[in-house]
Amino acid sequence: MDAFLLQLAAGIATGGIYASVALAIVMIYQATHHVNFAQGEMATLSTFIALTFIQAGFPYWVAFGATLAVSFVMGALVERLIMRPVQHAPILTHVGVYIGMLLIIGNLTGWVFGYTTKVFPSPFEGGGPMFGGLLSAHQLGSVGVTLGVLVLVYLFFTKTSLGLAMRAAAYNPRSARLVGIRVDVMLALGWGLAAAIGSVAGMMVAPIVFLDPNMMLGILLYAFAGALLGGIDNPPGAVAGGFLVGVLENLAGAYIVGTELKLSVALIIIIGVLVLKPSGLFGRVVFSRV
Amino acid sequence: MLLEVSGLRAGYGPTHVLHGLDFAVEEGGVTTLLGANGAGKTTTLRAVCGMVRAEGEVSLAGQRITGLATEDIARRGVAHVPDGRGTFMELTVEENFRLGAYTRRDAEVQRDFERMWEWFPRLKQRWKQQAGTLSGGEQQMLAIARALLLRPKLLLLDEPSFGLAPLIVQDIFGILRRIRAESGVGILLVEQNANLALELADRAYLLETGRIVMSGPAAEIRQDEAIRRSYLGY
Repeated sequence: MDAFLLQLAAGIATGGIYASVALAIVMIYQATHHVNFAQGEMATLSTFIALTFIQAGFPYWVAFGATLAVSFVMGALVERLIMRPVQHAPILTHVGVYIGMLLIIGNLTGWVFGYTTKVFPSPFEGGGPMFGGLLSAHQLGSVGVTLGVLVLVYLFFTKTSLGLAMRAAAYNPRSARLVGIRVDVMLALGWGLAAAIGSVAGMMVAPIVFLDPNMMLGILLYAFAGALLGGIDNPPGAVAGGFLVGVLENLAGAYIVGTELKLSVALIIIIGVLVLKPSGLFGRVVFSRV
Repeated sequence: MLLEVSGLRAGYGPTHVLHGLDFAVEEGGVTTLLGANGAGKTTTLRAVCGMVRAEGEVSLAGQRITGLATEDIARRGVAHVPDGRGTFMELTVEENFRLGAYTRRDAEVQRDFERMWEWFPRLKQRWKQQAGTLSGGEQQMLAIARALLLRPKLLLLDEPSFGLAPLIVQDIFGILRRIRAESGVGILLVEQNANLALELADRAYLLETGRIVMSGPAAEIRQDEAIRRSYLGY
């Protein structure tokens, strides 16, 4: 029983990481209706930038805030400089651009910061293990941060008129222009927000898996599975999906398939969701009269 | 004049659809553009609100708006109800209302919501419902309400009767008459149903393959049997 609880707790902790990356994916999806494959690489780059701030002597939370700001600008610039010129291109062009960005940002990060694995500090150290050793202070803290980000994102999209305008611009850019929404500004904002959320995920995961340029590769796959499972258009659903994937992955790894096949769990979930319930567990099925 | 258009040319890619149109909408007046399918009515509305590239002069209350982006033209007070309605099907009626008033910072948004509920009581009953689940008539009402919430100077309507049952069409035109009387917004109306359009309008223009072939007070055109037979087909 103890071993089971331990696996469950570990699953929730890794699930929190998947959840925050899934949230970033869903953010981009809300703003552009595309899935950005380079999300993980952008988050890794942000985490290296955070480490640079910390090594320069800034206190953790100052570095955290500065990284959010830098990542936001970086995301908005990617939209302006890379996505804008291809915005009317067919979907395959976008896929090509995303894959290109994945490789370029990944290599750029390695070239600038090196490929050696680095230790990344946690802001939640010193608390010691909690709940009878089931969760470390960092795991608990990062779950808390993920849920906090989720609440903020949720409030932003549902309660503010800017959030509503971003959703409107994604659903129907033509109509959005007719009510005076500046669709291009909304897109840049969406990319900026997603990059900022991704950087939070990067900073929370790095103390656990250690920081190297390929840190996010596997995580992105799990996060994508979580986003699909929860519903790609639903931020709370994507977070729930992220936690669920984390737990499933750990339990399946421990009791069913062994650690070697853990990654296939993510792929099975992706395919299963797409075949059986394309809108996800909590995704909104949109009705339209024909 | 609220809207003055002269020498308006527009099209899609290399193809020109409009070959130099001149027309106007008076302050608080209703102008209708009539013509067969393919005459260029929809394109004219799109050219006025910047959805297609246009050449010529379009001015709103004396200010030139040709060549501006659609969102800037909207912010200057032109609300367009396009073919396909321009509502947000995935969002609720309430969210569509909020988006309609998105650019406004004044304190009277709530009062305008109440005004729309009075004009379109059925939208109030559907307040939390996803717009895509509304009936065709309700969707058209939502589209008009969404446009009016911008508090426009000029309302562009592209075939508000399209695809609706005759009774619903009567309803909608009844509401348009009320809007005209109570709000003072100028309306540029494109409509297949010439009889209905001429009843509501005070000026009419007849379009044929991108050119205006006739214009005059709506009442006169309505009475002129020759025009009715040769152009309007009823």
